[in-house]
Amino acid sequence: MLAFVLRRVFQSIIVLLVVGLVAFSMFTFVGDPIDNMLGQERTQADIERLRQQLGLDQPFVVQYWNFLQNAAQGNFGVSYRQGRPVSEILLERAPATLELAAVSALFAMALGIGLGVFTAIRRDGVASNLIMSISLIGVSLPTFLIGILLIWVFAVELSWLPSFGRGEVVQVGGWSTGFLTSSGLKALILPAITLGLYQMTLIMRLVRSEMLEVLRQDYIRFARARGLRERAVNFRHALKNTLVPVITVTGLQLGAIIAFAIITETVFQWPGVGLLFINAIQFVDIPVMAAYLMLISVMFVGINLIVDLLYFAIDPRLRAGRGKGH
Amino acid sequence: MKLTKTALLATTALGILAGAASAETLRWARAGDSLTLDPHAQNEGPTHTLAHQIYEPLLLRDTAGELEGALATDWAVSEDDPNVWIFTLREGVTFHGGETFDAEDVIFSIERAKSPDSDMKELLNSIVEVRAGEGNTVEFVTDGPNPILPSNLTNLFMMDKGWAEANGAVDVQDYEGGETTFAAANANGTGPYMLESREADVRTVLVQNEDYWGMDEFPMDVTRIEFTPIQNAATRVAALLSGEVDFIQDVPVQDLERVDSSDGLQVKNAPQNRTIFFGMNVGADDIENDDVEGANPLSDVRVREAMNMAINRDAIQQVVMRGQSQPTGVIMPPFVNGWTEELDAVPEGDMEAAKQLLADAGYPDGFSIQLDCPNDRYINDEAICQAVVGMMAQAGITVNLDSKPKAQHFPLISNGTTDFYMLGWGVPTFDSEYVFNFLVHTRGDELGSWNATGYSNPELDEKIVSLASTTDLDARNATIAEIWDTVQSETLYLPVHHQVLNWGLSGSVDTEVQPEDQPKFKYFSMN
Repeated sequence: MLAFVLRRVFQSIIVLLVVGLVAFSMFTFVGDPIDNMLGQERTQADIERLRQQLGLDQPFVVQYWNFLQNAAQGNFGVSYRQGRPVSEILLERAPATLELAAVSALFAMALGIGLGVFTAIRRDGVASNLIMSISLIGVSLPTFLIGILLIWVFAVELSWLPSFGRGEVVQVGGWSTGFLTSSGLKALILPAITLGLYQMTLIMRLVRSEMLEVLRQDYIRFARARGLRERAVNFRHALKNTLVPVITVTGLQLGAIIAFAIITETVFQWPGVGLLFINAIQFVDIPVMAAYLMLISVMFVGINLIVDLLYFAIDPRLRAGRGKGH
Repeated sequence: MKLTKTALLATTALGILAGAASAETLRWARAGDSLTLDPHAQNEGPTHTLAHQIYEPLLLRDTAGELEGALATDWAVSEDDPNVWIFTLREGVTFHGGETFDAEDVIFSIERAKSPDSDMKELLNSIVEVRAGEGNTVEFVTDGPNPILPSNLTNLFMMDKGWAEANGAVDVQDYEGGETTFAAANANGTGPYMLESREADVRTVLVQNEDYWGMDEFPMDVTRIEFTPIQNAATRVAALLSGEVDFIQDVPVQDLERVDSSDGLQVKNAPQNRTIFFGMNVGADDIENDDVEGANPLSDVRVREAMNMAINRDAIQQVVMRGQSQPTGVIMPPFVNGWTEELDAVPEGDMEAAKQLLADAGYPDGFSIQLDCPNDRYINDEAICQAVVGMMAQAGITVNLDSKPKAQHFPLISNGTTDFYMLGWGVPTFDSEYVFNFLVHTRGDELGSWNATGYSNPELDEKIVSLASTTDLDARNATIAEIWDTVQSETLYLPVHHQVLNWGLSGSVDTEVQPEDQPKFKYFSMN
């Protein structure tokens, strides 16, 4: 067990290092930050001076090595755009993204499972067919369009919900939360729907097909034959057995929600790390881009590591197979 | 229970009434946030705009773009020494922290802005020394007569020396140190508004400075400003339409009609201090991004003239810009010293003549060349380039368009690795010398840093350099006119248009659009 864990951790570190190397080799193609940092009046001498000062005249491998050395000491550098330490900015922005991700994951799970069960039970009903057709639109429309459409309807035409921002936030410790004010909660609704819609349809379709599979099983028939009520059969016996794959997929999708909140955050001017990343790309803010990409890859690698460990713990066949292999 | 409910209702009602009485809160949105509160760290539009509410320069440009005294009441060249400018400081001005504004603060601020890490230092190159003069004056000593020094000071903000020293903010932001300068997140100016709170990229709140020296001189109707950057243009417009903000800058041209026709909203516009044009590599013997071997078609003035004729500026204005631009024949905006109507006249679009010129130059079948164009910098920049591709094709020139984000486009110009490129230029000093220094002078360590044309004319360079120290304004203007004559007859650049600024406002807000896109809220009136 320990050897397995150590091996996986070692592999994860290799993956992280490679991600960082690829990221740094790409930064040169994003553009040159110097022009953004200096004003229109800058001279050639200013450009050279700043380039040297930031170490941008060095090959990307050297830049990467410097970044790693500093990062190992917890120093992610200073943002070119804001002139503040990157770690400070990321910590400030993380709560917005995490809250948004949590709410949209919750929305996707609750509605996805609910509608999935509903459409499985009434598989030929008008409502089910309607939901299935609408869910197709949800999957195929790009996120920014959904966001703009929601803004159009609920902010501009109906004036029910705000079109941008987080509303009033309250500081709890170092964490800024929008959960404690009514404007903060209102501001969460549209971005959470926009971000979670794709995941919701995904979960709904997954639950539906799993349910249809399970409902055909013998033990369901026997449960019905025993005279159990429909509700008990559907929820206690059938749904429970569909949840294992659903939880796996949802867990992995949570990472995706956090990482791909970029578009939703841009449309709603949501002050999270995704918006920070977009700004960083436009400005070629290398320290912020590097720290963000490393953070996201740590997250993905971490989630995968946990999933691997869970499989290892749950599935005895894995352990046995491994033992034989050696 | 009933009592509490009534009490609650009453308080709410009072709250609403009070809200109505202090309805002078202005909620303002634009695409980008200020990068720092440090007034000397960035020479950039949105940063200066926010700073203008909190800090003040000696002189500033009012809503019409005219010079107006801010912290200086009077300014003139010394009668004894043409190298000295004397600024009389405004009496009785205090900083938000209560400190008195005096000559010491001016000397400190200018020296701070001249330090190597400052982004404002290039505008102060000519200043040798700043010293306190007689009475309440400050003397700026320059390395030679500098007739346009005041124009260089309009974004040069005054800080309090004592405050900066007490808070370790004497030095401008330095990226190596890894620490935030105090002045980047805190502010203590003399301006009409004081910083209440700021979260970078999220929200900045300013409140009126009750002790402002100009309380009676300006409308000062806005008592509180809530500034939010909203990057996405559609969201920004939606926020204005839904009444969540009162004022937006950067209204996309396709939404102007929608905003203007909405109840309670208005669009105001004015020509912007920015001209859009194309530059060409005229200096090289052979260029890389064309299909002509061993020669550079762009070095032939007839080819450049032909290209100038091929651009149909009226079509670009009507189709691409939906009327929101001013076609032009010169690369400076109208309010710049040296601008004349003759220079501004739009060149005749004449396809036959263009073809004839190309044939005369030895390219009867045209040639092909790559055009580098930004796609996130100017209004409809990529669409303008696409239109020009079609127009050039009619003249027989095949243009391959390569559009990219500004972060990749501008290095091409800095490094001189483009042969045909789009550039927009604003003139913060409102004087032609600024255009010549950066765009016409031979590229060198100091001057010509934005001149990617490879054009070099020593005689012209001499004239350009002489402008900096010619005190006789008539003689100076004559030289400016001569330089423009050469630039135009060489067809060094292909001007397209002056951008038009559009501000979307709630009907209760009234102001003139400022040509530098720098709203100054002390001039805003609300009803």
